This record gives sequence, structure tokens and C-alpha cells, in this order.
Amino acid sequence: MTALYISFKSIKAKKLSAALSVLLVGFGTTIFTVLMLASTQIENKLSSNAKNIDLVVGAKGSPLQLILSSVYHIDFPTGNIPLKAANELANNPFVKRATPLALGDNYQGIRIVGTDSNFVAMYELKLQKGKFAGQKMEATLGAEVAKGKGLKIGDTFFGAHGLSDSKDPHKDHPYQVVGILAPQGNVCDQLILTSLASVWSSHGDEPHSHSETEEQDITSLLIQYRSPMSVAMFPQMVNQMTNLQSASPAVESTRLFALVGVGVETLQYFALLMMGIAALSVFVNLYNSLKEKKYDLAIMRTLGASKSKLFLIVWFEGVILTFVGAIIGIATGHLALQIIGHYQESEQAKLTGLVFEFGELYLLLASMAIGFLASLIPAWQAYKSNISNILAKN
Amino acid sequence: MIVIENLAQHYANGLEIKFKNWELAAGEQCLLLGNSGSGKTTLMHILSGILAPTQGKVSIKEVDIYALSAKELDKFRGQNIGLVFQRPHLIKSLTIAENLFLAQSLAQLPKDAKRVEEVLNALAIADKGNNYPSQLSEGQLQRVSIARAVLNKPTLLIADEPTASLDDENAQSVLNLLQQQSKIYGATLLVATHDKRVKEAFTNTYLLA
Repeated sequence: MTALYISFKSIKAKKLSAALSVLLVGFGTTIFTVLMLASTQIENKLSSNAKNIDLVVGAKGSPLQLILSSVYHIDFPTGNIPLKAANELANNPFVKRATPLALGDNYQGIRIVGTDSNFVAMYELKLQKGKFAGQKMEATLGAEVAKGKGLKIGDTFFGAHGLSDSKDPHKDHPYQVVGILAPQGNVCDQLILTSLASVWSSHGDEPHSHSETEEQDITSLLIQYRSPMSVAMFPQMVNQMTNLQSASPAVESTRLFALVGVGVETLQYFALLMMGIAALSVFVNLYNSLKEKKYDLAIMRTLGASKSKLFLIVWFEGVILTFVGAIIGIATGHLALQIIGHYQESEQAKLTGLVFEFGELYLLLASMAIGFLASLIPAWQAYKSNISNILAKN
Repeated sequence: MIVIENLAQHYANGLEIKFKNWELAAGEQCLLLGNSGSGKTTLMHILSGILAPTQGKVSIKEVDIYALSAKELDKFRGQNIGLVFQRPHLIKSLTIAENLFLAQSLAQLPKDAKRVEEVLNALAIADKGNNYPSQLSEGQLQRVSIARAVLNKPTLLIADEPTASLDDENAQSVLNLLQQQSKIYGATLLVATHDKRVKEAFTNTYLLA
């Protein structure tokens, strides 16, 4: 009969206090799991969305807002910039590729993005079916959009003014679906792509006969640098020489994380506190039962058990409790994240519980280490107990 | 054969108890008598191999048990000494059968289900193997604790007030079982008691001053 079996039976005999310890360890581990999975997933998503974008140029306002609206498609745009000014920047020698964006319409909450072929090249988009929108009022759908809205090639739909509601549809300008993108694993899955001209025509500012570009507006320009040297020169040039503003996705994401990071850190401390309480509960659980069990343990010694065997019997009890708690905690964390993801409104940063991170292994090891430590003192007490004294006090 | 020589125990309060030399033949049955404070428990613990004497020697089957290493003594105790206490003290989280398997396993003997069944049968508790200790009466539990003590066919069977918390009927049956089992395996039986019901059953006594 192994020490492990004896520990296991001993846990089974006092289910209630064992359940409490498992619950506390599990709760702490759950919080850690959710934090770890959510922050890595969000970070991955953000960096994949901003992969090839070195700089965003748009109307003056909050740089964070400019990044959120033009790169992550979350916030409202800062305003419009003249196409003419944008084209001048696009032709600058520092710039390798400039992708214009015209935002402002949606279809049932899905953003319609007016752009050109640079967008396709920049995000390295692939088609699942059909072709990329080129002509006016043609639309290419992101993979999730086609699935979610049940649209297929040849279908038509009406865009509505604004970014989220459908109160103000452009009834006289229907879009026609001409293509569906292969799943990209980034924000493009949640967008409808069309040409700049489509957006302009929906808003009734068709190019007039006189100058083609003079009165056209776009929302922003996504810029890819020609060389790393541009990092130092170009943003400054934009901010000083034009009345536009430039914002770097890398800088703004870092700033955003610094803001959100405080909350994550607080939660981490909370989870740490939970783990501390869990460790204490395992300790108290074992220590208390040691008082009841010291006679049992002394009897085992008279039956031939060595001191180290008693140590293992008590120690394994704590280790089993924390191991089960940690496993349950990690599983619950995944389940919780899957549920959160399911009810999430923002499609752009959807979370999933179906992905495992390597860091979870460390989490498991760390929880178990806490269990090891918490059971060490009771196990040591069992090891050095004086059986003659215990038996004499019968 | 059990031999004690020049045995003495010093206590923390300066008290010292000397035990007179003693030889017990294999299979001998003996009563250990003495008033409280006379060192009865001390002697029993020394003989059980759980309390090292400050002075002197204890040999069981010609083995000087306190010359053994801690681990060897643990193993020797498990295989050669059976203990019965006033209360049965079974492990509550294990079934009756598991309690007996535990005694085999802790003594580093192979698991022997036939032997467990045999002992349970001999003590008329064969049907209780799968029950937990909380489901048995005190008399039944004491029988299980005797079963556990004789399971590994010990050289020395020591019982400390085995009948003190039992009624007349159970006390008699426990006493009979102890004497009968020690006879079957040729174990030396040593019973410490204040119980008048027990004293009559023994002819040999070791009296502590």
C-alpha cells in the first residue's frame, strides 16, 4: 500500500475541507489563467493587426484614437483629411507604401472600409472566393462577416451612416458582394472592403468635373516606411510641415498597455493573494487534521512505517489537493474565457478558451510549488513526532 | 526469546527507573503489573521498539534492537512485534481489510489476501472486511486490532490495557483471543493491566517496584 494511496484515502475521508482547499487553489489558478490567456491573445491580435503598419496619418486629435480607429477598427475616426494632402505624403521618398482609408459607414455593425489595392498588399490578403472589390459599389467581405451575416457572392446590402447602428441607411446605393476573403486571423476578418469611390458616392460627394481630387476627403493613411531611417524623420515632418498628425501603432499600443496594465497588475496581485489564501488553507487543513491523525500516524510507526513514510503520507495529501485544484483552475479558466469570448460584443478582439499557452505549464508548476511548501511544515511535524509520547497520552 | 539486561530510563525531571533483568521464553504468556508511575508504560514502549532506553539492552530473537539503524528498527518492529492498545486505533479512512493490508505493507511484507482472510475468520469478523471502522462496535474493533497485531505472526505480542474499555463479555473474548492467537503462532504474550478480570488468566507475572 503506497503512501500516495493512504493520502488519497485520507482526503476522501474528509471531503468538505479538501473541497475548500481545492476550491481556493482552483479559484486563484483560474484568475491567473484568464489573465495570462487574455493578455497574450489581445497582444497577439493587436500586433498582428499592426504588422506592416509603421505609421498612421490622420486628422489632428488623439493619436491613440487615430490608431484605434484606423488600425484596430475599434474607436471613432478623428475626422477627415484632404485626399490631396494625403497623396503628397504618399509620394514622399521616405514612404514605401501608403494605404488610404475612408471610414464612416457600417453594415449591421460591420465597418465598411473604403481603400485601394495597397490595403490588400499590406495585409497580404488572400481570397476564398470571387475577386477584390475594384469597381464602384463592389464589396469584398471578411471571412467572419460572410459567415456571420450569411452573405454570399452576388448578394446586395445597404450600408448605413455611422460605425455601429443601421438607423440611417444609404438606400439608393446598394453594395454588391464580389468576393470573400480567406480567414486572416486578424481584424480583416471583421471588415467589409470596398473602393474609395464607393464610400464617396454613398455620401454624395461624387467627383465633379473640375478638379478630381481637390474636394475629396479620406479618413487616414496607413504608411509603410521605405527604410528604418524614416522612423526618425518622417513623423516629425508630418507633424511640423502639415496640419495633419501622425501616430505610431507601436508607441500607442505600448501606451495603451501601460494604461490597461495597471488593471491587469491589480488583478494579478489579487490572484496572488488568492493563491496565498489557498496555500494557507492547505496548510491549516493538514495541520488541523494532523492533530486528529497524530495517533493514527503513531500507530503506523508501530506497524513498521519509517519517519520518511509518514512525511510522504502527509506531504502527498497537500500535493494532491493543490494538483487537483490547479488542474481544475486551469480548466475553469479556459471555460471562463470561452464563455467571455462567446458573449463579447467587440468582434475585433474576440477571446477564445480553446488555445493553450506554454506559460500554463509554469502556472501548474508554480501552484504545485505552493502546495509543496504549504504541506512541508505539517509533513515535517509528522516526521519528527515522538510516538512514545503520543501513545503514552492515551 | 526476549531478554532485557541492565535496563534503565532517565526522565527529564531527573527521575530514574531501573528495570530488573528478565528473560521470556518463546510462547510464554506473562502479566506486567505495577502501580502508575512505576514505569510500566516506559517498559512497554522500550520493549515495543519505540522508545530507546538511556541504558541497557533489549534482545528479541537474539537481535539487539536498539543497535539497529532507525529504518531497520522500523522494519523489525513491523515484522516481529504486535501491539494492542486500550483503544483499537484503526485508520478511520481505510476499510478493515485495508487496515490489515496496511500492516503487511508497512512491515515491508508482500500483500497476502489469504492471510488477511484467515485472521479475520479466526477472529469471527470475516464479513466486516469492506466496512469502515466507524461502522463497527468497540468490541469488534478491538478484535480487528488484535487481528492487525497477530497478522504478521509476531515474535512478541504486547497488549496495553486491552480490556479496559470493554464490557465483561467482550473483555473475556478479547483475552481468550490474545492467549489463543499467541499460542497458535508461538508468540510471547505480554499484557499490562489493572483489570482484575484479566489477572486470573495468567500465572507468570513481572512486577514493577
